Amino acid sequence: MRKITYRDALREALREEMQHDSSVFLLGEDIGRDWGGAFKVTEGLAQEFGDERVRDTPISESTIIGTGVGAAITGMRPVAEIMFGDLTALAMDQIANQAAKIRYMFGGQAKCPLVIRTPFGAGVNIASHHSQSLEAWFMHVPGLQVVVPSTPYDAKGLLKTAIRGNDPVFFSEHKLLYPIQGDVPEEEYIIPFGKADVKREGKDVTVVATSFMVHKALGAAKELEKEGLEIEVVDPRTLTPLDKHTIIHSVKKTGRLVVVSEDCKTTGVSAEIAATVAEEALDYLDAPIKRVAEPDTPIPFSPSLEQYVIPNEKTIIKAVKETV
Amino acid sequence: MYRKMLEIRFFEEKVFELYAQNLVPGTIHLYAGEEAVAVGVCSNLRKDDYITSTHRGHGHCIAKGADLKKTMAEILGKETGYCKGKGGSMHIADFSIGMLGATAVVGAGIPIAVGAGLSAKLRNTDQVVACFFGEGASNQGTFHEAINLATVWKLPVIFVCENNLYAMGTRQSKVMAIKNIADRAPAYGVPGVVVDGNDVLAVYGAVQEAVVRARKGEGPTLIECKTYRSRGHSRVDAARYRPREEVDEWLAKDPIKRFREKLLEAKTFTEKAIEQIEAETAARIEEAVKFAVDSPSPEPEEALQDVYA
Repeated sequence: MRKITYRDALREALREEMQHDSSVFLLGEDIGRDWGGAFKVTEGLAQEFGDERVRDTPISESTIIGTGVGAAITGMRPVAEIMFGDLTALAMDQIANQAAKIRYMFGGQAKCPLVIRTPFGAGVNIASHHSQSLEAWFMHVPGLQVVVPSTPYDAKGLLKTAIRGNDPVFFSEHKLLYPIQGDVPEEEYIIPFGKADVKREGKDVTVVATSFMVHKALGAAKELEKEGLEIEVVDPRTLTPLDKHTIIHSVKKTGRLVVVSEDCKTTGVSAEIAATVAEEALDYLDAPIKRVAEPDTPIPFSPSLEQYVIPNEKTIIKAVKETV
Repeated sequence: MYRKMLEIRFFEEKVFELYAQNLVPGTIHLYAGEEAVAVGVCSNLRKDDYITSTHRGHGHCIAKGADLKKTMAEILGKETGYCKGKGGSMHIADFSIGMLGATAVVGAGIPIAVGAGLSAKLRNTDQVVACFFGEGASNQGTFHEAINLATVWKLPVIFVCENNLYAMGTRQSKVMAIKNIADRAPAYGVPGVVVDGNDVLAVYGAVQEAVVRARKGEGPTLIECKTYRSRGHSRVDAARYRPREEVDEWLAKDPIKRFREKLLEAKTFTEKAIEQIEAETAARIEEAVKFAVDSPSPEPEEALQDVYA
C-alpha cells in the first residue's frame, strides 16, 4: 500500500470532501494561497478551489468559530482551522456555548456541521502558549465530538466522517504527527466515530493511549516484548463518543490497565478512561489502574524541562511494570 | 406594522402578568418600549432572510413572524414551545422563518450573524441577515471582530444596535467615551447611521437602504437605534438607577403611542379601526396564553434528547 504523511492524509480528506460537496469550505488564519496553513495542511487548496472556499481570516478566533457556526446552521459545512490548540481559549464561548448547544437549546431545530481542526501537543520547544493538549476541556462539553487520530489512515478516514456529520467536531491533530508516514489506500474509505482501534494485540497489560502517545505506547510495547510482556495498545481514536466496549473488552482479557495521555493528569483524558473502567469493569482488574500523564504544570520551554513533563517510553514502561 | 408593535407590547404585558402569577420559570427580559426597532427592521425582511437575537428577544421573534402560541409556550417551559421547553425566554428560535435563535451570551450572536451572511453569499442567494444586539454588546470583542470581517468580506449583514442606554444597570456614559455606537462604524470602513429607535418609520427607512445595499452585495451597515426599556433589565430589576425625569421623558416618546397618533393624524386609520386592531390583537394574545398555560410540561426524560443529531 502507498505511504503518505499525516499532513497529506488530512489534505486528501479536505480535497475529496470539497470535491464531493460544494457546501464544504475552509476558513482560518493563513490557510490560503500565500501560506497554506501554519503546518501546511491546506497548502495548494486555495489554488485548486479558489479563495472563496479557502478563506484567510483576520486574527479573530472567536469570530472564526462564530462565523463557522452561522454558516453551519444555514446549510454550509465549514471546516475552521485554529492555528494552535491553545488559541481555542479565545473562541471558547463560540465553541462551548454556541456550537455545542445550538441544537439542544433550540429543541433539535438546528444542525451544526462545523469541524474545528487544530494542532495540539508539546515537544517542539514552543512553550506554554503553543504546546498544551486540551482535549479534556472539550470532552466536558455535551454536544461536541472529540477526535484524536494517531495515524495518517485514521486522520483521513475520521476527518471525512467529521465533515459529513451533522454535529460539531473538535478535531485534534498532534503537531509531531504531521510528518509521520503511514499506509493510506488510494480508494475512498471513512472511519466511523466511537470505534477504537487495537493498534497492537497482547494478553498481559492493556495500554490505552491517545494521539501521539499511541506511538510512545507502541515503542514501550516493543521494549517490554523483549522482557516477555505482551502489551495490548488500544487507541480510542475518538474521545467523544468513547468506545468503552473495546477498552473494557481488552481489560477483561488482560486484567491490567495503563492509560497514557499527553495532558495534565488532574481531570484529564486519562481520568475519564480510568474512571469508566473502574466503574464498569473493576471486577476484572488484577491490579490498580495506572495513569501516565503530564504533571499539573504549564508546558515549559527549555528542552530539558519540556521532555521531563511529557510522557515517554520510559514512564510508560515503569507504569506497566507496576501493574504486573 | 402597528399591529405587530401592538402584538409585541400586549405579549410582553401578558408575560409580565404570568410572571407575577408564578407561571414563568426563571427570568424574563421584556422588549416593551423597543417595539419600533424589531418591527421597523423585520418589516423590511423576507421570510427567508435571517435574524439573530439576544436575551431580550421576544420582540425580535414576533416581528420576524414567529407563532405567538409556540413563543408563549416556550417562555412557560412547555412541550409545545418552539424549543420543546429546552430554551426558554432567552433561547427562542424558529429556523423555518429564518429566526436563527437568541443567544444569552452578550455579543455572541454577532459572529453567528456574519456566518449566516457568509453562507448566503457562498450559496449565491440574495438573503440578508439582521443582527440585533445592545449597546452593551458593542463593548465585546466579538462585535469588533465580526463587523470587521463582515466589511472585509462584503457580507449582507445589517448590524442593528438597540441602544437603550443601559447595559443591565450600567449607564452607557460610565463605560464608553462616545455617545453614538454608530461612531465606531467608520473605524471599520462601514456606514454607520443613528436613528430614533422609537420612530418605527425612521427605523424602517434606514433599514430599507441597508437591505438594498446588502442584497446588491455592497456589504454591511451599522444602524444604531436610540430607544429605551419601559421596564427594568430583568424580573428582579425595578430600575431605580434610572432618574424619574429620564423615564418620564422616554415614556412620553413611547413608540406605539407615537405611531398611533401619526396614523390617526394622517388619517391612515380611523379611531374605530385602530380600536378594532387593538381588540383583535388582545384576543390573539389571550389565545396564545391559553394555549401555553394549557400545554403540558415536557416529559423529564426529554432532557436527554437533542444533544446530537
